Amino acid sequence: MNNAPVIACQGLTKAYRDINRQKYVVACKDITLQIDRGEFITVVGPSGCGKTSLLYIFAGFERKSSGQLTIDGRPIEGPGADRAVVFQEFALFPWLDLRQNVEFGPRERGISRSEMDATVSRMLRTVGLESAASLYPHELSAGMRQRAALARVLVNDPKILLMDEPFAALDAQTRLTLQRELSKLSAEMALTVMFITHSVEEAVLLGDRVVVMSARPGRIMADVKISIPRPRDPTSPAFNDYRREISDRLEQASMTTAASQAEGP
Amino acid sequence: MTESNTPALCGGFDEATEDPKQILLLPNWLGRWALGLMLPALLILLWQIAGNLGWMPPGSIPTPWAVIESWYVWIFGPATPLAWHSGTWTLYVLLSLRRVAAGFAIAAATGVTFGLLLGWYSVMNDIFDGLINFLRAIPTTAWVPFTVFFFGIHESAAIFLIAFGAFFPIATSVAAGARQTPRTLIRAALMLGTPPRRLLRRVVLPSTLPVTFAALRVGLGLSWVLVIVSEMLAVQGGLGYALWSAYQVNRLDLIVDAIVTVGALGLISDRLLVQVSHYALRWQRGLIGR
Repeated sequence: MNNAPVIACQGLTKAYRDINRQKYVVACKDITLQIDRGEFITVVGPSGCGKTSLLYIFAGFERKSSGQLTIDGRPIEGPGADRAVVFQEFALFPWLDLRQNVEFGPRERGISRSEMDATVSRMLRTVGLESAASLYPHELSAGMRQRAALARVLVNDPKILLMDEPFAALDAQTRLTLQRELSKLSAEMALTVMFITHSVEEAVLLGDRVVVMSARPGRIMADVKISIPRPRDPTSPAFNDYRREISDRLEQASMTTAASQAEGP
Repeated sequence: MTESNTPALCGGFDEATEDPKQILLLPNWLGRWALGLMLPALLILLWQIAGNLGWMPPGSIPTPWAVIESWYVWIFGPATPLAWHSGTWTLYVLLSLRRVAAGFAIAAATGVTFGLLLGWYSVMNDIFDGLINFLRAIPTTAWVPFTVFFFGIHESAAIFLIAFGAFFPIATSVAAGARQTPRTLIRAALMLGTPPRRLLRRVVLPSTLPVTFAALRVGLGLSWVLVIVSEMLAVQGGLGYALWSAYQVNRLDLIVDAIVTVGALGLISDRLLVQVSHYALRWQRGLIGR
């Protein structure tokens, strides 16, 4: 039971209708992927490869065009608090201060203030924002905002964490700290994580598995298991080998796409 | 005076050494205020001098001093059935204020509610878009004869005209604002467990708040326009009524009194609304350079 895949999809395809050109655009095609309970997978791919579409389908924001998809053995009917999403642009509610942002989820689920207070405080402490609780999102740095966005979803005790290039807008130092914290938190909370990035280094640093996707239409080109113990040292030879392997695959992926585009009508 | 002021200021400075800006801001703010008053004061002075020197034809434009004198009578004069412009100022101000308050309150409540529904539910937009754009294209003043015919010379005529006229700009702006609600915020709320039917209140409404306050300011300004129009044509009493009555007896001094009164009331009510919006939008402070 424990090793049954949490997210399982087979032959998943997503096509959008391009209204301006009256044709269909295939964002991702024939995706077959299994993510096990407690597994941390990272997805890399050139921009426009449909990785965000895939994540939005898992989140329930968008519907699949065809194929099979189950989460915890059930089909998806829409967004839900069991699948937490962290967006690249943070998506904090600007009219709520930090604490109110974190309280948003519990409130919507009908949890009383006295019940949620301790959890919310603990979550703010976990991400190191307890002293900033009364600040509004625009008063925070990008790093603090993403921490807050993380606290806002983790307070709901989700099983699955879907992250769409969450650290892309951060400076290198902040990114490094947050990567480390995320690694620790996801292990502690036994989260199943799908993490989208365009940084190969980040993918190898965080993932139990790295999934490489090709450019549009997005397909899975490789699924590499990273067997380096944590914490991982990005300067070690083993890490470098993986990084080279993923980079090569990624290069192949974009070459395949370029070739297919050249052949295409 | 200056001598005694300076030590007091310095004393305050010493006490608040942690944030000297707080103290420095006050004279700065006062200075800017004085700067803003300089031009109006100069214009009034020139106007008075021009009157005294006989540059203006007598009996045409009154001097500032004549304006103030007639204003005094209008405010403090004995109430008499023989002259409407004696001692009626407070009553007229209250009448106009009441009409604006009632009309604007109706327009704000219905306009914001309707605008949010219109912007958020595409069905609502499909149903009402044509009708609203047609009604919006009719200048509100064109409704005056109809309104008087329908309501008679009665308070409700003025209140209806204000509410009806201010409703459309508020509703259409709020609808446009609601349509601009960032998609990620909607998605974030859904993902945090907000049921779709509650999105309007939990995300669209607060997200539209900045646009809503801008729309309310436009609506309030329009309310003052419409109260004057309706008092000139449709109801008795009030500043518009005073304006029209003064015109009919060639009392330009009273006309100026009424104009300045309306301007001051419009300015004060707008400032009040801005204060409310500053409080409601305090989460935005520093975001837009204020």
